[in-house]
Amino acid sequence: MPVTSIAGRDIHVDAEGFLTSYDEWTPELAEQLAAQIGIDLTDAHRKVVAFLRDDYATQGETATLRRVSTLSGVGTKELFTLFPKKPAKKMAYIAGLPKPHGCV
Amino acid sequence: MRRLLVLGAGTAGTMVVNKLRHRLARADWQITVVEPGDTHYYQPGYLFLPFGTYSPDQVVRPLRPLVADGVDLVRGEVDRVAAAENRVLLADGRSLPYDYLVIATGVTPRPDQTPGMLDGGQWRRSIFDFYTYDGALALARALDAFDGGRLVVHITDMPIKCPVAPLEFAFLADAHFRRRGMRDRVELVYATPLPGAFTKPVAAARLGSMLDERKITVEPDFLVERVDGTTLVSYDEREIPFDLLVTVPLNMGADYVARSGLGDELNLVPVDRSTLLSRAYDNIFALGDANDIPTSKAGSVAHFAVEVFTDNFVAYAAGRPMTGRFDGHANCFVESGGGRALLIDFNYDTEPLPGRYPVPALGPFRLLDEAAVNHWGKLAFRWMYWNVLLPGRPIPLPAHMSMAGKHLPHAEE
Repeated sequence: MPVTSIAGRDIHVDAEGFLTSYDEWTPELAEQLAAQIGIDLTDAHRKVVAFLRDDYATQGETATLRRVSTLSGVGTKELFTLFPKKPAKKMAYIAGLPKPHGCV
Repeated sequence: MRRLLVLGAGTAGTMVVNKLRHRLARADWQITVVEPGDTHYYQPGYLFLPFGTYSPDQVVRPLRPLVADGVDLVRGEVDRVAAAENRVLLADGRSLPYDYLVIATGVTPRPDQTPGMLDGGQWRRSIFDFYTYDGALALARALDAFDGGRLVVHITDMPIKCPVAPLEFAFLADAHFRRRGMRDRVELVYATPLPGAFTKPVAAARLGSMLDERKITVEPDFLVERVDGTTLVSYDEREIPFDLLVTVPLNMGADYVARSGLGDELNLVPVDRSTLLSRAYDNIFALGDANDIPTSKAGSVAHFAVEVFTDNFVAYAAGRPMTGRFDGHANCFVESGGGRALLIDFNYDTEPLPGRYPVPALGPFRLLDEAAVNHWGKLAFRWMYWNVLLPGRPIPLPAHMSMAGKHLPHAEE
């Protein structure tokens, strides 16, 4: 399993750079991960990321875009504005969660 | 007398009652299935109706003769499940108590969930679906009248029933227009919320190149927000105008599931992925498309899952642990046009790979490879469905996926 160094810490990631260990994530790390994909985190982003982290903790799976928009109060349109083009994937990346697999 | 109540006499529900009727003594068990209609549809056949390959009578049968003797068939619409009271309330006021409940009411296409799809004035004029019997027949007439322009094959959101069917539709449409000598007058577009043709890498690459070869343009990561007249508009404001739209509307579980507090945001019932037991109630199972397991919503999945469930249920009801573990096994023929098809075989952990099935090296079916033998397999399957699968007769294929006969992709040098 690849290990990468972000902000001076060793982080376990998969082949696409998604964190593989839930507990290695920190809010500071999220800022770095976001910057790597060209996103400047605002409070609107952080609210979504916090929802994803909490939801994963209870569900054991990364929320799909539809689940986030239904349950977090942030609509799909806004999610596309906050995380352009591939919101589901980008949100999961920044939140340190596996890529959502809802698509089979 | 103990009571097993099954909601829905579709593919999963019918197989469950038929199999369990043979396994549970009639003196001890009452088995009841609730279904609003009196017809059973062979849903894999819907794909062929728009092209006239199947006639309507080949995909429709009266339900009653398909349900085993000794199973009570209740005609009715479910209002809600009162899970805390172990009873199901029907819309007409009847109340059905149960000891064990199986939810098998599947998913339904919901064009009403996308603004402008059902209510924009174009439904069944230039917008069609083929996941319903009526829709497939209406599309057959529209294809007959279509004399060229842009045909867009579209998926609203995942998960959907039979996720390969929209691809098959695109392949068959290409072949159909070629046969009619009008392919040069048709622009074919495949708009999908996925990043490519399919979700799993090896199959996505193979199926993606098949779209390329047929000059079908893929519009990936396209999540529709609304339909504006005859234009699809995505959340990130891309627009795809169409002359004919063949869409797969949002697939949702039954509304009574939501009313009963048993569903997720798509009215799917959260279950344990190995046993299909509800995560909320220890006497409720959800089988077939109605549950939230991360594999394809497909008849083959329902079949393999029911095989595992049947043994598990007999043990569980006798107070023993469930030892069978469903692995998410799916097995799907993919029509590619011109009398050929691919076969894919996969589960929760193993993506579709090339190889032979079911016998390693010999087949006769070829995995992830276009061949006439796969096409004949798909057509022969209709007979199997009516005569072997639905009645719950054993078929000589293992429920669990096997790696035998599959080839792993070579590592990049």
